[in-house]
Amino acid sequence: MSDSSPVRAASWRELFRAPQLSGRWLPVFRRNLLVWRKLAVPSLVGNIAEPLITLVAFGYGLGALVGQVQLGGNAVPYILFLASGSICMSAMNAASFEALYSAFSRMQVQRTWDGIMNAPVRLDDVVLAEMLWAAFKSLFTSAVILAVMLALGISHSPLLLLALPLLGLVGIVFASIALIFNALAKGYDFFTYYFSLFLTPTMFLSGVFFPRDQLPGVMRVVSDWLPLTAAVELIRPLFLGQWPAQAGLHLAVLVAYAVVGFWVALALTRRRFRN
Amino acid sequence: MSPPLFEVSNLSKRYGSNTVVNQLSFSIAPGECLGVIGPNGAGKTTTIRMCLGLTRPDAGQISYFPHGAAAPALQMPQDALAIKEKLGIVSQFDSLDPDFSCAENLLVFGRYFGMKDAVIKARIPQLLEFASLTHKANAKLSELSGGMKRRLSLARALVNDPQLLLLDEPTTGLDPQARHLMWERLQRLVQQGKSILLTTHFMDEAERLCDRLLVLDHGQKMTEGAPRDLIARNLEPDVIEVYGEGALALMDSPIRALAARTEVSGETVFFYTHAAKPLQAALADHPQLRTLHRPANLEDLFLKLTGRQIREDA
Repeated sequence: MSDSSPVRAASWRELFRAPQLSGRWLPVFRRNLLVWRKLAVPSLVGNIAEPLITLVAFGYGLGALVGQVQLGGNAVPYILFLASGSICMSAMNAASFEALYSAFSRMQVQRTWDGIMNAPVRLDDVVLAEMLWAAFKSLFTSAVILAVMLALGISHSPLLLLALPLLGLVGIVFASIALIFNALAKGYDFFTYYFSLFLTPTMFLSGVFFPRDQLPGVMRVVSDWLPLTAAVELIRPLFLGQWPAQAGLHLAVLVAYAVVGFWVALALTRRRFRN
Repeated sequence: MSPPLFEVSNLSKRYGSNTVVNQLSFSIAPGECLGVIGPNGAGKTTTIRMCLGLTRPDAGQISYFPHGAAAPALQMPQDALAIKEKLGIVSQFDSLDPDFSCAENLLVFGRYFGMKDAVIKARIPQLLEFASLTHKANAKLSELSGGMKRRLSLARALVNDPQLLLLDEPTTGLDPQARHLMWERLQRLVQQGKSILLTTHFMDEAERLCDRLLVLDHGQKMTEGAPRDLIARNLEPDVIEVYGEGALALMDSPIRALAARTEVSGETVFFYTHAAKPLQAALADHPQLRTLHRPANLEDLFLKLTGRQIREDA
């Protein structure tokens, strides 16, 4: 096969053409919602038990050793520090799991997408629906965890109302990025790399468990540009009853990750389905 | 012939240097069932995928005339969504939702067409009835047999009341009872005026269901026509198969001259003839041989056109 480079360039331009979206994403979203409603209770327990166990173990266990964390001149109880970071992490994990393992099952294993595209539904709408669905599921998980945190009395700041839409955006960001890897995957094993080489370092570099100013210089620079960092920087102050500093910048980072992530995911998914 | 509902002209598809579909043309009239038969790798599935707008052809046109030949045609892949509004598709592999009951599968699929829930729900009982699945309306997919799943796939393809059905090997893997029930349903659909494009490996299925057949090999049309006509046009009416000790030696005996054409496959000799009587009389002198006399059929035609070799790339 001889693909000359102008042909290849044209083909990439074709893959990256603007998304062609319509309202037909909604029945695809509703399809996933209907499945989930049947399995909601066990899936909810799984989604929420793990982050809460982490919170209790680290927050009360490690918190007893650490006591307080210095954050911008304020002393913050460790449990509050951790809770505000780990809810962002939970949003990230929930969206990633759904847009990797579950989306891959529907795309590849069950051929659900093939069936859907036998009807008048474009691939672009299917990818959008999967992204929004993973973000929705992530938001639902975040909301339940937030409710438990409120019940535990970790924070009662009224600004927490703003945390929910932000956590929804965090879900959109990580669902979009995960769909890139979904489009590239040959099997489930591939996702292990994504989790261990991207999500786990992200978790430790984004100030979830300890303040970022403890990181060595290079890592600090990496950390500055991670989407989870932007999320934590936006949401942690809300737990403390403060307005986030540089909110516009952090929001812009998240929106940029979401837009670029979704666009790349769409292009690569188009490539996967081209033949 | 009445003006076509669906027309494919000069369709070609290459992957690298490999031409999978080559200058293929055919059309389907309203209420007609067209069968596409061919060995594995002949280009059937690629053709179907191009008809669905899933694979982009390198050349050629795929046109759909929902309102007769006078009205402007819809073209694949540009008008894919508008065409799919009028299509029903059963693909080679089931893509039913395993988490849903039969009724839910139909409801969810109808929504992809933008149909209102009330409209779909009103259609579900008749669709289940058509698929003989009324008693399984609320059954999970795992409780269904292979035949039931195929019929549910067919019912799902009918949810939008399509004009044209594209069926890719709809009965592969089914037992005879399930196949016969499927055939009976497909015949009923043709009687209702639906058009069908069907691929199959079963010659009895092709002969029974299809008004017209298209034999495809190496991406090219080998021949096209009504099943009986194709046989009459290409084959001698009678076949005598001979096998057993010394069968192959007949190829060098005068008996060979009594047949219009002979073929050898393994240990069996096939005599194709316009006059079976003299041949049978001559073979009676070889009582150790086992013979089978039968009319020529579609399978003979298929093997004549596409050869007896197993396709290694299949």
